Amino acid sequence: MHRFANPARFLRLARPLTPALFWLGLLLALGACLWGLFAVPTERLMGDTVKIIFVHVPSAWLGMGGWMGIAIASLVQLVWRHPLAGIAARAIAVPGATFAAICLMTGSIWGRPTWGTWWVWDGRLTSMLVLFFLYLGYIALANASSEKGDTSRVAAVFGIIGAVNIPIINRSVIWWESQHQKASITLGGSSIDGAYLAPLFVAVAGFSLLFGALVLMRMRAALAEMRIDARMRRMADD
Amino acid sequence: MPHLPFIIAAFSVTGVGMLWLTVSSYLAMRRSEALADDLRQQP
Repeated sequence: MHRFANPARFLRLARPLTPALFWLGLLLALGACLWGLFAVPTERLMGDTVKIIFVHVPSAWLGMGGWMGIAIASLVQLVWRHPLAGIAARAIAVPGATFAAICLMTGSIWGRPTWGTWWVWDGRLTSMLVLFFLYLGYIALANASSEKGDTSRVAAVFGIIGAVNIPIINRSVIWWESQHQKASITLGGSSIDGAYLAPLFVAVAGFSLLFGALVLMRMRAALAEMRIDARMRRMADD
Repeated sequence: MPHLPFIIAAFSVTGVGMLWLTVSSYLAMRRSEALADDLRQQP
């Protein structure tokens, strides 16, 4: 892990990896969406609205996975003082918040024709909304601490504590009565028919690669800004 | 209730979100790296 603590070494890896992840992710995500839109059969109970699963589930997965990424990077930042960990956590925040927002919006759009309502204050929807607000809080804290020039320890602690919400989201459909269906994909198997499952896996893989490319872009931007700040300080000293 | 408008809306929301995220991340990266390279080349 500490091999990549050197920003120059990290950039040598990130520069070719960014376009590779982006184009492969775009190809898979677009392919899965087209596959889901035009080639999967109509579902017996939900009708054609089942096609929303191909954008809703990847965005939910990445909204939650993004916060786990922030929590792990924050832990690495605080415990091992890895210089890139804090940058990685900050770079994950905006993509994670965007995917959480897409999950909430596509879920609401899906809820109207299937549940008859845009929104219910049940455990799953409310805990996902809390995750979105946690992202906003994290982004505000990280921006405030970077303006002061410190190492964003407060944001890192917030990132770790906020991870408590992830198992709550996961177990919410079991702990409380919910309009939302129970987990369809578990470690023990899947209750989703193979006709939907295959494009769903491709969509999750594609959006995950896109997410990785976006995080790398934001990390590269942050590292370049650090180089600019250091250069400006040297120029001011001279 | 017709399902097509809901499907179009869900995919449009995702498309717009992804487009905004991609453009903003790419521009931030290109601008910062270009400025950093320019400053490095200055004596």
